[in-house]
Amino acid sequence: MEFEAVIGMEVHVELNSKSKVFCPCSTNFHAPANTNVCPVCLGMPGSLPVMNKDMVDKSVAVGLALNCTISRWSKMDRKNYFYPDLAKNYQISQYDLPLCYSGYMDVESDGHVRRVGITRAHMEEDTARNTHTIGNGESGVDFNRSGVPLLEIVTEPDIRSAQEAFDYLTQLKQILQYLNVSDCNMEEGSLRAEANISVRPKGSTPFGTKTEVKNVASFSGTMKAIDFEIKRQIQVIRDGGTIVQETRGWDADRGITFSQRMKESAHDYRYFPEPDLVPIVVDEAWELRIHEQQPELPNPRKHRFEADYGIPAYDAMVLTLTKSMADFFEATVAAGADAKKAANWIMGDLQALCSEAKRELGEEVLSPAHLAEMIRMIDAGEISGKIAKEVLAEMFASGKAPKTIVEEKGLVQISDSDALRESICQVLADNTPQVEQYKAGKERVIGFLVGQVMKATQGKANPQMVNELLKEELSKLS
Amino acid sequence: MTAWYEKTAHEIRDALRQGETTAVEITQNFLDRIDAVDKQVGAYLQIWNESALEQAVQIDARLANGEDVGPLAGVPMSLKDLFCTLRGNTTCASRMLANFESPYNATAVQRLEDAGAIFLGKVNLDEFAMGSSTENSAFQKTRNPWNLNCVPGGSSGGSAASVAADCCTFSLSSDTGGSIRQPASLCGCVGLKPTYGRVSRKGQVAFASSLDQIGPMCKDVEDAALVLNVICGKDPLDATTADLPVPNFSKALTGDVKGLRIGLPKEYFTESLNPEMRALIEQAIDVLKGQGAEFMEVSLPHTDYAVAVYYIICTAEASANLARFDGVRYGFRHPDAKNIQELYVKSKSEGFGPEVQRRIMLGTYVLSSGYYDAYYLKAQKVRSLIKQDFDRAFEQCDVILTPTSPTQAFQFGAKTDPLEMYLSDIYTISTNLAALPGISLPCGLTKDKLPAGLQLIGKPFDEAAILRTAHCYEQNRGFDMGKAPIA
Ligand SMILES: [Zn+2]
Repeated sequence: MEFEAVIGMEVHVELNSKSKVFCPCSTNFHAPANTNVCPVCLGMPGSLPVMNKDMVDKSVAVGLALNCTISRWSKMDRKNYFYPDLAKNYQISQYDLPLCYSGYMDVESDGHVRRVGITRAHMEEDTARNTHTIGNGESGVDFNRSGVPLLEIVTEPDIRSAQEAFDYLTQLKQILQYLNVSDCNMEEGSLRAEANISVRPKGSTPFGTKTEVKNVASFSGTMKAIDFEIKRQIQVIRDGGTIVQETRGWDADRGITFSQRMKESAHDYRYFPEPDLVPIVVDEAWELRIHEQQPELPNPRKHRFEADYGIPAYDAMVLTLTKSMADFFEATVAAGADAKKAANWIMGDLQALCSEAKRELGEEVLSPAHLAEMIRMIDAGEISGKIAKEVLAEMFASGKAPKTIVEEKGLVQISDSDALRESICQVLADNTPQVEQYKAGKERVIGFLVGQVMKATQGKANPQMVNELLKEELSKLS
Repeated sequence: MTAWYEKTAHEIRDALRQGETTAVEITQNFLDRIDAVDKQVGAYLQIWNESALEQAVQIDARLANGEDVGPLAGVPMSLKDLFCTLRGNTTCASRMLANFESPYNATAVQRLEDAGAIFLGKVNLDEFAMGSSTENSAFQKTRNPWNLNCVPGGSSGGSAASVAADCCTFSLSSDTGGSIRQPASLCGCVGLKPTYGRVSRKGQVAFASSLDQIGPMCKDVEDAALVLNVICGKDPLDATTADLPVPNFSKALTGDVKGLRIGLPKEYFTESLNPEMRALIEQAIDVLKGQGAEFMEVSLPHTDYAVAVYYIICTAEASANLARFDGVRYGFRHPDAKNIQELYVKSKSEGFGPEVQRRIMLGTYVLSSGYYDAYYLKAQKVRSLIKQDFDRAFEQCDVILTPTSPTQAFQFGAKTDPLEMYLSDIYTISTNLAALPGISLPCGLTKDKLPAGLQLIGKPFDEAAILRTAHCYEQNRGFDMGKAPIA
């Protein structure tokens, strides 16, 4: 029997608002423990939450990007459970009326498009962090993270493979970064993904029993864990067993999932409407304001790059991976550069420089006008492609204009045919065996000779001219 | 020497402004009075002698400088120990918070301080404001100054007793189902519960967030208006406060009720109303009729459900509001707990008294999966119906008049069945459910020489109408309530 996987994802995103969702404390939870706290986020007696509008703005932006309907009227609810990292022993969240609902995302995966339904995106507050490493057998709680704005995005069980789940997460993260609503740092927990996984015979409609895989530190880890879990479930069924509904953790070292807790569904959170907050009313004008501020999203932008700039689909995909790179590309083209050449430089050398320096590409790193100018200089034969690499590295390091660098370092290309002819004659005189081979019909030797000329001129020779002049001189010799 | 402690806030304000006396003399006068009688009454949990006199010294200095000292400058008052204060402890009359110090002042407390009020100390209440007799305080009994064998009512029993015993001019109280108005009625005070959203709840330790409202307990209606002026209005720190213009309530006390339409809900004037209470209420109705008010019967058909609805909603909210008292960050932590589970169970079991535990369990139950729809959700629906009842009644009338409490003050230990105690608030609960303003004021003494109270209920944010009506009755009732027989 052939099986198919049924996967739904739950993603918690920490929004990058300056202050917490219900109090004016800073959201920087890396500050010394319990310094960004106040009576509200500590759950002191008499404290009351006040909704941070920026959180609603950012949540609406995400909802619109995920094609959701935005609730005209929604509310916050109390989710009750006891845990030391929960200041009030209830979490202010949204239960039956989420801010965003009924959306979708078209996920491009392995050459096909999977439409993944977005059930809901709702607002809530993050919890504090418990530490068990303070010694004396004691535990500590750091409330700096208590009350940091959190958006939970839940999909329909529309995902069919680990790869699709990975692509969903990657493309979701890309959208969130385009919207500039989160730093999406998985290691620091600002983006946390959970997968609900079940399998069923291919072609059947009812769902199998699902398991939930939690606490995986990376997208690739999530993909491996889902892959493992699908195979494990199929094996259990093939062996005549039944799947137990449970939460499973991921052991990255051993590459397996393992049972964490049973009967997750037995939790009774006793949700009820938060009486300390008024309903959240996002009227048409508010939604429109957010809509008008939305940046062009990665997918449409990618298609536009292909159409407008005539660059290959692969290039368009790479260039739109981050908003900053796509912006940089467009600025470079606007400054007069040929699109394909700009794409090559950005995707190649510039990307390498950025990842080496661990910097994100942007105008503050390098002026797009300078890159356009450099490309123009290559086209005009003022510098060779090889020299350009050196110039680019210097532009990246110092921010100087390419012309300045070329002048300061004496990197101007030699396009003076007399000067070149002198070097060529010297090379031919020094390399008689190769000249003889050429004359004997081994034309490939010309590449070696070109290289020798470039070497002799420290790379400053115009390679096009060297080629032509060499052929000319060689023909004189025969 | 003048007995300043017998005076109202407005009388003291005027005397100070006219230079008849000093804030220090007045404050010392009240501290002496507390010293003399509070041992019998037991209203105060904390007496702030030193800081009260320091405040008074400052007021006198500012008065001498000709500064604007605020509308309550030099007026000594008490605070229900449910409000967060930077001074002293904030105990909620609970072992759980016996040593708790708040890092901030409640908004209403801060507004009173800014208006020049002098804090004499904090007074007793039923633990976390849960009760109708103040017998649920973890710390002490508070007695009714009119009869020391009787309860002062609750939960603001300390507030009512401190006002009735002349141990303050007024007291800042809170009302969730009648906690200002019922003790005001039992102790012969004027108690005002403003419209939900009129006064910031920031810094009031929450019992039931959708019902709680802060208000004053006073000696007369003019003081109630004066204090409301100071504490009311939008607070950016409480999202549920109304962003509405605030009238000058003192100016609403015109004495004129001619043509005012007053509704008498037939569901409140049934056989179950004590005949003696009924007689006193009817005399009050005659006084207002004599002033030109028009009376009519109105109907509030869902009245019978109010107590049940109230005890579902308030306990549900309380179960979440009180969850934070877990011994982790502040408050009582059981010394013998060996793990987190034990820390929760032992700290709560010893930190909370029986009534608080009963309400937490009841609230947890009504929110539980499988019971939520039958209890909490249904209660919310009936709450809407109760609101609609009032909306319809207010199409016919401007103000509604009812008794405040079904009985006069009762003896300690008289109501041991919790359900019987819950019925103490049958006339006041609907006002909280419908988020309306209500005021209780004395309307005479029973044959046992105990005060009786009448309640006026207004349209949302129309405190002006009930204050005006109450003031008109007070000025024209034709008798003096006298003083509680305590010295
Ligand atoms: Zn805070």
